[in-house]
Amino acid sequence: MEFATSSSPHISGSQSVSRVMAEVLLALVPGIVALIWFFGWGVLINIVIAAIAALTAEAAVLKLRGRPVLRTLGDLSALVTAVLLGLALPPTLPWWLTVLGVVFAIVIAKQLYGGLGYNPFNPAMAGYVLLLVSFPLDMTRWLPPAEVAQHTLDFADSLRLILTGSMPSGMTWDAMTGATPLDQMRTGLDMNRMIHEIRESPLWGSVGAVGWEWVAGLYLAGGLYLVWRKIISWHIPAGMLGGLFVIALLFNMIDAHTHPSPLFHLFSGATMLGAFFIATDPVSAATTNRGKLIYGALIGILVFVIRTYGGYPDAVAFAVLLMNMAAPTIDYYTQPRAFGHRKDGNG
Amino acid sequence: MSELQRPIHEFSGGLDLPGHKAQSTGRPIATAPLGQHFVVPLQQHIGEPTEPLVAVGDRVLTGQVIARAQDYISAPVHAPCSGTVAAIGDHAIPHPSGLQAACIVIDSDGADTWTELPEPWPDFMDRDPAELRERIRWAGIVGLGGAGFPTSVKVNPGPELPIHTLILNAAECEPYITCDDMLMREQADRILAGLAVIRHVVGASECLIGIEANKPDAIAAMRAAVVSSGCPDTHVMVVPAKYPSGGEKQLIQLLTGLEVPSQGLPAQIGVLCQNVATAAAVADAVLAGKPMLERVVTVSGQGVAEPGNFRVRLGTRMADVVALAGGYTDRVHRLILGGPMMGFALPSDELPITKTANCLLAASAAEIPDPPPALPCIRYGRCAEVCPALLLPQQLYWHARARDLDKTQDFNLFDCIECGCCAHVCPSHIPLVQYYRYAKTAIWSQERDKARADIARRRHEFRQERLARLEAERKARLRKKKEALDAQPKGAADPKKAAIEAAMKRVAAKKAAAAQQQPEN
Repeated sequence: MEFATSSSPHISGSQSVSRVMAEVLLALVPGIVALIWFFGWGVLINIVIAAIAALTAEAAVLKLRGRPVLRTLGDLSALVTAVLLGLALPPTLPWWLTVLGVVFAIVIAKQLYGGLGYNPFNPAMAGYVLLLVSFPLDMTRWLPPAEVAQHTLDFADSLRLILTGSMPSGMTWDAMTGATPLDQMRTGLDMNRMIHEIRESPLWGSVGAVGWEWVAGLYLAGGLYLVWRKIISWHIPAGMLGGLFVIALLFNMIDAHTHPSPLFHLFSGATMLGAFFIATDPVSAATTNRGKLIYGALIGILVFVIRTYGGYPDAVAFAVLLMNMAAPTIDYYTQPRAFGHRKDGNG
Repeated sequence: MSELQRPIHEFSGGLDLPGHKAQSTGRPIATAPLGQHFVVPLQQHIGEPTEPLVAVGDRVLTGQVIARAQDYISAPVHAPCSGTVAAIGDHAIPHPSGLQAACIVIDSDGADTWTELPEPWPDFMDRDPAELRERIRWAGIVGLGGAGFPTSVKVNPGPELPIHTLILNAAECEPYITCDDMLMREQADRILAGLAVIRHVVGASECLIGIEANKPDAIAAMRAAVVSSGCPDTHVMVVPAKYPSGGEKQLIQLLTGLEVPSQGLPAQIGVLCQNVATAAAVADAVLAGKPMLERVVTVSGQGVAEPGNFRVRLGTRMADVVALAGGYTDRVHRLILGGPMMGFALPSDELPITKTANCLLAASAAEIPDPPPALPCIRYGRCAEVCPALLLPQQLYWHARARDLDKTQDFNLFDCIECGCCAHVCPSHIPLVQYYRYAKTAIWSQERDKARADIARRRHEFRQERLARLEAERKARLRKKKEALDAQPKGAADPKKAAIEAAMKRVAAKKAAAAQQQPEN
């Protein structure tokens, strides 16, 4: 009897790229729900616009490159990029900026480098930084959390605002939107105010800001789920959160009036999202275990440095992109010792 | 010392794989009936091929040496039955290359008449290790765990590498394979007898028997046999069922905590590893004077009707062995020789059972599906976590793919044991091991080419040198001659020239005389 042949190993585990991506999307759900809860339907509208733009852009480029379109879209990586970028955008951002950022992420940052697996930079963060640098005003206008907001936008309002730019009647940008908590902290400190003075505003919660600390906590939960499911290893989040915590603690101990607590840093802005969902993008991160710890810690430190001394209130996107550049070098210098290469020759 | 006091160490990486062992352990090992035709490959081991000692038409007896070892690293081949040599020539053999190789084909006479065997040595403890090694060599025993390295060579590491620990590899970590498990359940005493012989040969002070925890019956049988045999300093050690615990380096680390140096031998750290079936074959050779003629083969998978283990003469057609297991079911999809992780897929079952054939896995499409298309590497990194050799499979893959062979060696390509863990966990389903095999083969072929080029270059240089020498010699000769000529006095009459001139003059004179004698008309 004749048989077909194939190369060993003949059995493989159940893991696949699309499963990995699907787990990541699943782990994002709690955080996204919280974002919508606190900041309105604009979050969801952004994500949907981003998803449509990402899948369309990816399909178009794959077609031009002569690659299988449906099978590649099925790896879900474009969707993950879209969701990560979409949820990071202000819930009032005009639709075409979302589309611009996503198309840049998919076409320039990902496909022009060869598509999935070949991009040196995290595509979502590349798209985010493009928008932040080019459209700073639109990108830094955030809604206050629903609990403390004087006006809230319903779904139709949000949709109209995003698609046409027209406000609900009697509303102005200034009345409706404001700076993010990190931005307010930074501005306050720049005006030589003390942290306890800044925190008198009703925007502030127990560790971070109202709403934001919940979102961060749910990202943390989703991230721990990914670690438990072995979708990501603990090294990068531990490195990043550890690095940020330690350096923030040092400065906080030196002067607690002008340096927020390390927990504030961990539960504000995109720290948790970055630690578990962005810095851990395996394609653009370091791969050795020691390398991941170093890579994560350096991102954490960069986040602190940029937040404290840089030109932007949050820094996760910049820090991740900067460390993406260093990942190959970190990998090179952190190779593990292979079996049988122990110097003394025994245990 | 009790087993509890000996710690089990750990090896890095590895996988928890479903064992699928129970399907082939339901009944005792069955002895296959003698077939009619046997195809005996001349090379069933690592090393040099053997040289046939018989010719077509010769009558052979069971156990007769029909091909002898030509080199030190080789193992003779015996007639698995009595009968007539029908052919000697190329025949398909189980080899990953799918190429044919020299085989001796024997038609059985059905009588199974044995040749005269050497005397049994129950007194092996009083015999010289060299004598025992010679007996093991005569018996044609090779490592039966799968690699097929001649055992007589392995048990002779030389006086500069003393062995303190003899390890019996009974881990059998690959899914589906149960031939060692069943052998231990049924013939623990025979295995321990072989172990005692090997221990005497290498002079080991202790023996460690490493068995995976998923074989409780075998563990009990071996423990009982150790107690009843009274072997001193022999310990049955239960290791966790984690693939590839049966890899030689991994088992040594599990049992002793020692790490075999990269590209080195276990003997360098005083350890020697032997497979259980090999130990049993050594017992036969020394205690019964019998050569290696048969082995236990597992036939398993959803592709056969009645999975089980069979004692099969070497050279038996695989299709006949599958028939013993009730034949194929409708679901058969692939035929694998060995396990699903490291075995290789056979193109056909018209192939002989060889010394290293431990398992025929007739797998269904559910058990061994067709490999899905490979996606790009997303540097997911699980491969590095599961690599028991602590390599960076991704980097090896990138460099192998880019044909950057020097870089693959920088990343320790040759420490890869091809266990397949990396490919098993790869979410992109990249056939990583195939890339490593390609790179290894390319490097070997480069080295061969370089060696050949070196020889050619040396030959060329030698020829140039020889030509230059000949030229110099010729010039020297000419110069000498010229010098000799120059040394003669100028104007001195050359006798040859004088003779020629004299002859010319005579001719001229004759011509003149003839002209005068012509009549004037």
